[in-house]
This record gives sequence, C-alpha cells and structure tokens, in this order.
Amino acid sequence: MNLVTVSGPPSSGKTSVILKTIESLKKRGLKVAVAKFDCLYTDDDILYKKAGIPVKKGLSGALCPDHYFVSNVEEITKWGVDNKFDILISESAGLCNRCSPYIKGIKAICVIDNLSGINTPKKIGPMLKSADIVVITKGDIVSQAEREVFASRVNTVNPAAAIMHINGLTGQGSFELSTLLYDEDLHIVSLKGKELRFPMPSALCSYCLGETRIGESYQMGNVRKMKLDD
Amino acid sequence: MEKTEIANRKISELLTEFPFLTAFFNDNGLEIEGKEELTLPEYFATFDEDEIENRAIDAENLIFQIGEFIEQMIAFLGKDEDIVMTVTILPGTDKSGNAERFDELVIKQGEIICIVGPTGSGKSRLLGDIEWVAQSDTPTLRKILINNDVPDKKWRFSSSDKLVAQLSQNMNFVMDLSVYEFVELHAESRLVENKEIIIKRIIDKANDLAGEKFSPDTPITSLSGGQSRALMIADTAILSKSPIILIDEIENAGIDRKRALRLLISEDKIVLMATHDPILALMGNKRIVIKNGGIHKIIETTDQERTILSTLEDMDKILLAYRTKLRSGEIIEKIEGQG
Repeated sequence: MNLVTVSGPPSSGKTSVILKTIESLKKRGLKVAVAKFDCLYTDDDILYKKAGIPVKKGLSGALCPDHYFVSNVEEITKWGVDNKFDILISESAGLCNRCSPYIKGIKAICVIDNLSGINTPKKIGPMLKSADIVVITKGDIVSQAEREVFASRVNTVNPAAAIMHINGLTGQGSFELSTLLYDEDLHIVSLKGKELRFPMPSALCSYCLGETRIGESYQMGNVRKMKLDD
Repeated sequence: MEKTEIANRKISELLTEFPFLTAFFNDNGLEIEGKEELTLPEYFATFDEDEIENRAIDAENLIFQIGEFIEQMIAFLGKDEDIVMTVTILPGTDKSGNAERFDELVIKQGEIICIVGPTGSGKSRLLGDIEWVAQSDTPTLRKILINNDVPDKKWRFSSSDKLVAQLSQNMNFVMDLSVYEFVELHAESRLVENKEIIIKRIIDKANDLAGEKFSPDTPITSLSGGQSRALMIADTAILSKSPIILIDEIENAGIDRKRALRLLISEDKIVLMATHDPILALMGNKRIVIKNGGIHKIIETTDQERTILSTLEDMDKILLAYRTKLRSGEIIEKIEGQG
C-alpha cells in the first residue's frame, strides 16, 4: 500500500483537491481510501462516502490534533493494509501552523491557497517547509501576478518541493497531481519505527491539563512570557 | 553547489556570491545581521534548544534547501529566456475514445487562437494538456510539442517556468497594495533589472487600455472591473514569463479589448482565448471547436468573417457611444446612423 499525508490550513481546499485527485486514481483502477483527521467537527467523511471512498474519521476533541494524528496513524495504516487499499490518503488540518504530520519516507503534500495572503508562506512552519509537494489552490480567483508572487514565495521557503496549481472546483490540475501519488513498487506494511520529519512542539503546562484561571500563580510547567520591555 | 561546500563558507561570502540569498533568509525568518562572519552550521549553533524548538528550525534541512535555492536561482538567472516559437498539439481522443479529427495544430508566437464549445466540453482539459505538456499521459492522450520537439519536463513543476498564464473574468486583486507597490512586488519576484522602467511601462499601458485612467497610488482593490482587467493584461503581457496566455472572456466594459490583444501579441505571446463573443472570436487567426472532450474541428477565420468583424466592430462602437452618453448624463434621442 502507498500512504500519502495531506495537510494544510483550514479551508485551504484539502478535501476538494483529494476528492478530485481520487477520481483520476480510480480511473486507473486503484483502490483509494481516506483517513480524515479534524479537531472539533467535520462533515467531510460524508463527502468521501458519497463519492464511494472508504473513509475513517478521527476527531481530536480536547487533544492537540497533530499529537492525536500521530498517535493514531499506525492503526489507520493497519486498517488500510488489512483492507488491501492501493493508496491511503490521510487528511489533517495544520491548526497552529507549527506542527506537521509528515513522516520520513512517506509522501507529504501541503495544500495552501492563494487567498491566504502573500506572507502566509513565511508564517507556516514545517508543514509547508518540509512537504514534498505543495498544492496551491484558488488560483482561479486571483490575478496572474498574485499567483506568480505567491508561488515564488512558496518556492523560497521550500525550494525542493514540486509546486502544483489545482482548481478545487473544476479539478483542473488534479489529474496531474494524481500521477505523482502512486508508486507500484512501494509497499508500506506498517509505520512502526518510522519517524516524524519534524518534532511536534512540546507543550505541557497547567492549561494543557484543564486549568482555566488566569494569573501567574496558576501557571505551571512549560510557561514562557512575552518580552514587553523595549 | 555541494552541501559541504555551502556549510564551509561564511554567510558573508555566500551573500556576496549569491545576493539573492537575502530573500531566502528573509522569507525563512532568519536574522543574520551581525552574524555574517559565521558559517551556516555555526550560525544555527547560536540558537539555543528553546529557540530551535519554538521557531521550528531544522538546520540540516535549511542547509539543504539553501543548496536547492542557489541551484535554481543560478539556473533561473543564467539562462536566456526560453523562447517558445511554436506549440504543437497532436491529436488524442474525445471522451468516448474516438480519435480527434485533425492531424496536428501548430500555434505560432503572436497568434490568437479561440476556443469555442459548451461548458464542460473539455476546454479546461485542453488547456491542462498544454500546461502539463502532455505526452500521451493524460486522459485525452494528446501530445504537446514545444518548438516542434518533445519538451523539457521542467515545465511541469518549476514555479518560475510556467507555460501558461491565465486571465479570467472571475479574477480579482486581493492584496492590500497600491498599483505601484503591486507591480513592484511582481517585478521583484521576477528579479527584473531596470525595475522602475518596467513598472512605469506597465502602468502606462494599463492606463492606455482602461477606459478610465488611474494613478499609481490607487489601491488595486478599488480599481473598477475594466481597470483591473487592463492592469492584469498589461502586467501579464510585460512581466509574466509564461509564453502562452489563456484568456477566459474579456468583458466588454471599461477596457479596449482590441488594443489589449494587440499588446499581448506585440510581447510575442501566444494567445488562447475561450470566448463566445463574436468580436473576440473573429479576431483570432483560428478557432478550435471542442465537443465531447475532443477537438472536433479547427476553423480558420475566413476573409468574409473578417469583413463581418469590421461591421460588428462598428455596431460595438455605436453601443459604446450610448454607454458614454448615459454615463455623462445625456438623453438618448435617436438611433445613430439612422437619421
């Protein structure tokens, strides 16, 4: 089985891009499934089901979504292998721009959109900088110049990535992406022992543990203060 | 450049040799002021563990990325512009698998080719095939040649070498910048020399195309539809590197469409235009008729059509004159040209 991790900021078009890309993969006779990770709520599993795509949904709820992802990806992979899918695509939102769910040796795709602003590539951490493929969406509604500038900014923060433009509405570009996703010589049986490309932020403070009161005396563990004196 | 070689040189040396690295450090949020005399590994060693973690710095990957960036920029700066003289489309099949009914279509620099056909007929796929330089590896099995040769794969993935630039009616400006700042940003991302001259040329051209003039310090988001389209066309014609421009209709308001097309052609672009507007469609050298996902027919604009075009243009002028009258508050009293 091939495993592909897709992530990107909320509403960047991940689900649309994946749905359109799977259409092309299916035409090649490949069995594709999706594992959708989100935080509080998602309806996307219904969209996948409607398209006849086997899907598992995981909501992290009160846990950090990326930590939740990495604690479950092994089991999800096993589900995929047991069901003899050719490709399993994991979809997760990068909510704090700092984390990334990418795994060494597993294809990593970051989806970002042209509307998110010209400085966005600078603001996103490893999720963008260590992706193998960067998909840029919503190019149909901004000017050519803005598309070019945005793509060049993406290229400066991740020169090694292949940059693709996809229209999530019409699917233009998704066939092209589909050609990069499947390697028939690649057989992933388990993720055991594999490593994340980049460590997730360490966070264990009183607020992680449910503290709600504000004030220094309630803050314990990993606490850091802003520098306000200039 | 080898990774070890990059790692052994001082940042100041790297910057002298590759001034464009300033943008890399900037965009990656790495402040190097006062640390120019360090090598990159020494520089990354100045961060303590907390900073490395907080800012998600991956030193090894960054050194690798710098190497990639240098290589790309050298390739980008060093080469002559790739001149695309011709694009050739070799036939594939339509959605039902029937062979397309043409032998080959050669599109030359400076030509305008119109694409007609109902929504969903396969116009986007044709464009996709060109952009992806299809080699019988897309659903249509078409093949695209550049300058009569099998093209370089770089057209597929490079962020700076894109075959097709696009202009459509749905496009808007979304940045909070003035016209000048906007064009400047684009010029900088293209690393053009004589930036000032090019910016001025683009703004002048855009004003030349637009019905109503605008100044360089107008915010781009407050330009009218026609002005926006004029700026997009002038900017794409002059600054975009892509040799092919795809236009998805141009509205007939606030912009001189004929001059706009002429500008694109004079910059040696190949213009593909999806349109059902008779004036635009007949301005083209040829029309591609798309049906059921395939190229159904290729029609060369006939002399008779050209004659009809000039009549249509006259009619268009009459309509335009009424618009102008209405805009300036006049009352329309008679049909022009009929006494």
